[in-house]
Formats: sequence, C-alpha cells, structure tokens
Amino acid sequence: MSANWPETIFEHFKAADVRQVAYVPDAGHKLLIERCEADADIHAVSLTTEEEGVAMMGGAWVGGQRGVLLLQSSGVGNCINMLSLQHECRMPIVMLVTMRGEWGEFNPWQVAMGKSTQTALESAGVYVYRADDPDDVAETVRAALNFGYNTSRMVAVLIGQRVIGTKNFQK
Amino acid sequence: MTQQTKPLNRRVAVKRILRDRQQDVLAVTSLGNPTFDVAAAGDTPQNFYLWGAMGGAVTFGLGVALAQPAKRVIVFVGDGEMMMGLGSLATVGVDRPANLSIVVIDNEHYAETGMQLAHAGRGVDITAIALAAGFEKATTIRAENELEEYVDVILKATGPVLATVKVGTDPEPTALPPGMVRIYAAVSAKRYWAPRPTQVSRLALEILCKSVLKGASILRSRPLF
Repeated sequence: MSANWPETIFEHFKAADVRQVAYVPDAGHKLLIERCEADADIHAVSLTTEEEGVAMMGGAWVGGQRGVLLLQSSGVGNCINMLSLQHECRMPIVMLVTMRGEWGEFNPWQVAMGKSTQTALESAGVYVYRADDPDDVAETVRAALNFGYNTSRMVAVLIGQRVIGTKNFQK
Repeated sequence: MTQQTKPLNRRVAVKRILRDRQQDVLAVTSLGNPTFDVAAAGDTPQNFYLWGAMGGAVTFGLGVALAQPAKRVIVFVGDGEMMMGLGSLATVGVDRPANLSIVVIDNEHYAETGMQLAHAGRGVDITAIALAAGFEKATTIRAENELEEYVDVILKATGPVLATVKVGTDPEPTALPPGMVRIYAAVSAKRYWAPRPTQVSRLALEILCKSVLKGASILRSRPLF
C-alpha cells in the first residue's frame, strides 16, 4: 500500500482539480509524471529548469487553473528569485520536492543542496511540510494542496530520500 | 553604403501591435521597459505586468495560455529578459501552445542599468533560436512596414509565434502602470483572468481598486479580501 504513494498523490491532484503539472524529470517522481502525462485533463509540461515552472504556476493561477511543480531538491536552489512572483502577488504555489543528498546518498554533489533545501525555501517565505514515511507522503501532499490553494500561500512538500530509496548507480 | 533608416521606436511599435486588440487579447510584460511600453499603450485589466522575476515572463505566459485557450496571450519581453529565460523558448517550442505569441523588444542593450551592450547586441539571434526550438513562426522586424505585415501574425496566427522587434535606445519616460496595484489586489482575491469572478464582482473589484489607488500603501499593511 505504502509503495503506491505516487498513485494516491495523483488521485489527490484529480480531487483538487489540478490542471497543470510542470516538472523537471526526477526518478522519485517517475510514476507520478507518467500518470499526469497520460491524463487528458492535466496538461503536463517538461521544463528545462525549475524556475520556469515557478513562473508558469503563477500564470496558471492568474489564468484560473491550479498547478503543481515537481522537482528535485537540487532544483530548489534555481527557484528562489522566481518565487518573488508568488511573494509579491500573494499567489499560491505547490511544490513537491524529492530529496537527494541525505539518506544514504551516493553522489557527493547532491549533499550541498540537500542540506539547505528546507532553510532556503523557508527563507524565501515558503511553508515546508516533510514526509519521511511512505505512509505519510500522500496525506502530506493532500494537506499541502489544501493549504496552498485555500490560503494563497507558497508550500513545498519534501519527500525524504528514505522514502524514495538511495539511487543505485551500479544497476 | 546602404541608407541608414531610423530605428523603430519601442513605444510606437508596442502601441501599434496592441492598437486593434480585442478583449480576447491578454498581454503579459517582463520587468522594466516592456512593462512601461505596454502601460503607455493603454492600461487595461487585460494586462498583467511583471516587475521582477526576471526570466519568467515567457513561462508565466505559457501558464496563462494553457489556462485560457480561447484567449490570445502576448508576452512582451526585453532582450535581456529573453536571454535569462532562453530555456523557456525550448519549453514553449516543445509544448507548442497555439495561442501564445512572444514579442521581444530588442534594443540590444541593458538600458536600465547603464546601457551595457547585451548579448543580442553582440550577435545572438533570438529569432533563430526560437525557430530552432520549434516555434511555428518567428521573424525579426526592423522597419515599420515589416511590423505592419506581422501584426496579424502576432495577434492571430497559430502559435507559438515570436517576433523580435529591433528598436532604438532613445530613452522613454517611465510609465508605471496604475494597474500594477490593481493586479495585486485581484490576484489576492484568488483569481485574475479566471472565468470566475463574475462581471459583478469584477466591477466591484475595479471600484475597490480605484479606491486602493488613492492609498496604495494600504496594500502593504493588510490584506484586502
């Protein structure tokens, strides 16, 4: 059951009427991206860099649709200045961040951003939720969707690396 | 020696593009002069001005275009902004929104920071990049007659469309849009260009915003809605 959290997140997207999903591909979001790409009512957009998605989520909201940005912790660093859009216009953004650089990380270059993801987001005014147990992930995302859209605030869910598993470069 | 023609004036060019706009044309602007150009051409609730978030105007426009497929979305950006968001041309080229146009007001300089020569002034061809990224149509405009011929493409052709409009560097007066305040109030009210709110609440919003304009500082201190 717990291994099925991407499917449950997708169901929460549908229930919340999420219509735009922007992403920079990430192994942790693989199943969720595939479900969004296959859905007729969700417009999934592949980005070249994460801050494009921050701006796009602003446009989606102004145009009357709800969106979610999927990214990896390393991409959070790319987003900080762009979040001034949500900050100044008091618009919501919901970000689902798969964590790297922490639990059993293999790649030393991921550690820096993994270490500062939460504080960087919080210093930019983003409310940060965190899930380190597979059984908590989907429910935390549902809470973030409600919080973001209903209070018009920036919110990120950090999905711990322990949930996703350590990347295995040997396979 | 070829005859030197006077470069296009940015205010005149933007005003011409928007001259015959209908209600179904939404304008998004990047920070700095494009915001002032579009405001000077006529402030309306169909404009959304960015005054920061540099590099984000094009994908902001993409989000609007996807949410509002019945509207035409025109994003006005400076060449410096476009270089900072160059990847967004690839994103738009891949997604291919039919109702999105991008107008690059290209003076080849960073006019607001001391007129330093920008990449577009050192040989980077933004139109060529857009075509290589898969835009349906893209062209570079240097003269009034070329602009006349392309306005309908910007307003109506199947997108994504890009026009690089080469303009001079003559300074123009800053034209801060009063709508800048209106926008923030409206966005705080949850929706701006959404099908909702209704005509009545839009009207109420307009009236409220007019009162806000008299004391814009209120916005900073407490939420309006």
